[in-house]
Amino acid sequence: MPGNFEEMAQRAKAQWQGLVAGRRPWVRVGYGISGQAAGADAVFDAAVKACREQGADAEISRVGSLGLHYLEPVLDVTLPGGPRVFYANLRPDEVAHIVRDHVKGGKLIAGRAYAYDAADGVSVDGLPKLAETEAFKRQVRLATRNCGDIDPLDIFQYVANGGYAGLHKALTSMTPEQALDEVKKSGLRGRGGAAFPTGVKWSFLAPSKAPMKYVLVNCEEGDPGAFNDKGILESDPHTLIEGLLLAGYATNSNYGYVFIRHGHDLPVNATKRAIEQCYEHGLAGKNILGTKFSFDMEVAFTGDSYVAGEETALMEAIEGKRSAPRFKPPFPAAFGVWGRPSNINNVKTIAYVPQIVLKGGDWFKSIGTPTSSGTAIVCLTGHIKRPGMYEIPMGLTIRQVLDEIGGGVSEGKEIKLLQTGGPLGGVLGPASFDTAIDFDAMSKAGAILGSGGIIVGNETVQVVDLIRNLVAFCQFESCGKCFPCRLGNTHMLETLDRMCRGQGRAGDLDLMARIGGAMKTGSLCGHGQLGYNPISSALKFFEGEFKSSVQAGQKPLGQFEDGSMVLPTRTRP
Amino acid sequence: MHSVHGTGAANHVLERVRAALKGQRQKTVTVLSSLLAVQEALHYIPSEAVDETAVFCNASVNDVWSVASFYTNFRFTPPGEHVVDVCWGPSCHVMGAQKVLQAVQKRIGLDKEGETADRKLSLRYNTCLGACAQAPCIAVDHHVTGRVTPQSAADMIGRLAGR
Repeated sequence: MPGNFEEMAQRAKAQWQGLVAGRRPWVRVGYGISGQAAGADAVFDAAVKACREQGADAEISRVGSLGLHYLEPVLDVTLPGGPRVFYANLRPDEVAHIVRDHVKGGKLIAGRAYAYDAADGVSVDGLPKLAETEAFKRQVRLATRNCGDIDPLDIFQYVANGGYAGLHKALTSMTPEQALDEVKKSGLRGRGGAAFPTGVKWSFLAPSKAPMKYVLVNCEEGDPGAFNDKGILESDPHTLIEGLLLAGYATNSNYGYVFIRHGHDLPVNATKRAIEQCYEHGLAGKNILGTKFSFDMEVAFTGDSYVAGEETALMEAIEGKRSAPRFKPPFPAAFGVWGRPSNINNVKTIAYVPQIVLKGGDWFKSIGTPTSSGTAIVCLTGHIKRPGMYEIPMGLTIRQVLDEIGGGVSEGKEIKLLQTGGPLGGVLGPASFDTAIDFDAMSKAGAILGSGGIIVGNETVQVVDLIRNLVAFCQFESCGKCFPCRLGNTHMLETLDRMCRGQGRAGDLDLMARIGGAMKTGSLCGHGQLGYNPISSALKFFEGEFKSSVQAGQKPLGQFEDGSMVLPTRTRP
Repeated sequence: MHSVHGTGAANHVLERVRAALKGQRQKTVTVLSSLLAVQEALHYIPSEAVDETAVFCNASVNDVWSVASFYTNFRFTPPGEHVVDVCWGPSCHVMGAQKVLQAVQKRIGLDKEGETADRKLSLRYNTCLGACAQAPCIAVDHHVTGRVTPQSAADMIGRLAGR
């Protein structure tokens, strides 16, 4: 019945008990874009087919991703009341064997099972506990706590695991000011790149008496190498939606948009479904949970445009226009989407809020470092043994993340460089690997944590060629509104391309520095202002490679003998 | 299938455009959402759709073109039977995406983005398909496959095109 949360929570608990300790085995297949790319569809189909053919009476679900992308496809089996046993890197033709021996026969396949998960005190002979494996034991999973465990399309599975308890607590026992205070106390800072204190940002919007006020969640996430926003939405969309409702409550707002690029079906459909379910169960719309708080929300889509992730460009896109940034001031808290007061946060930022409200700001503040509380959700990709999405407490060093979680370099001899924080972030060399992962230490080291993407390159990666790729991305994605960005990126790309083809000139580095300076001064948004970042940060660590590529008679760089690179042929007029 | 000869076919396109515009179920309907709806239904933006969207959204034809030409996903001719995306973003780049791109292009006989002569395939360079942990990635009809090699990608796409 809509509005009665206790009843819903009870029903959810009973349903969850039925899944993990009922009379049928529960088979879960890890999904997500990454799981699909690794072949999860075929594994899921094989599980359905094997159960049907062998007459195995089991519940088979698609769940989100554990973030352990190097293990995908992952399938796990929970026998009634028993431990959860994971099988990793599965081929579809292995699934029938698992169904016969484990799901039907009740015996896990020794030598093939990867790990188990169970309550404390329960162990499985010969298998490690998942939480104690290398990639897992340093993690503190707050925003991603449900990822890979629950069916993202089932609101009851979320509620059974503590979902909407934070919203219920806030609406029934806290004023909006008290909810906002908890977020302020938590020290939560924005996870979209700028690291601005979230509670302070909300307090710009909260006092406004305007009749329409908006809260926007940014899941544009165009950064190659970062997939944690989509990762949360596709695995646990209700965490985001509960956070959005709480942000709406704390800022006295009445409308929410979740902004996402069209075409990513898993996160898009999961988020749409989550919002529908909220309306069905009295968690959205008028008088939420029977209180005076009313809040509407929907998903808004953008076309392909990287700059649409900039906060004012995003508002233009929601209004259906070209996603070019606006002049500031006026700032969004005064003049946002549709000209109304608005607040905008990244998915990860909002995803922490339910736990902060439920457990208190002090609890969150106790995790991480004094100035960067909580966790960082990092995406490891490139030449690393264990690529994936990991939630780690702020303050671990880069080296700890690379070696202990990532398992070190995957091919080749050593890690030469990292590209962090998206294409506008920076390039780091080994000299910086003892830097702690927190906002301030990272920016001091010359890189930004940004969206959390860490691309690892081994000794075969040529710095100037990688920078050409990053600048090509920025050039392709410039919205074109500010000419220093539009032309500057084009000129920098031409220069870098020349350098990679072995035709660099003596003045090229100074030329790019001058262009970069003009872009910084003359561009409205970060896309132009930070456009020189990849080059300036890489120069700190790899000046020698740049210097040699501007000397006459150099060997071409890149993946082709002539030093060329395949570049996009479509452009923005 | 993509014939535009005769008024019958033209009317048919117009009907599908109108159905797509009216079929939008979300609360906020804009020029951008309308163009996305049309492209989702027809897989491209026919010229009729620009006029229709302008009327439907009470916007000028100029406004609609400015949006349609800005977002790089919009296309104005029908795509091939299958759409192939090859990622060239930095994660895939360090894992050898350029060689994947080259091998795919060679196999299907293209030297840039676009359609094969028999219109069996459309090739697009993509900046991120979202599965960076499985780099290098390609997508066929929006289904992403990771850990491809130049050979495996070319074979997979060559099979689609009958090459």
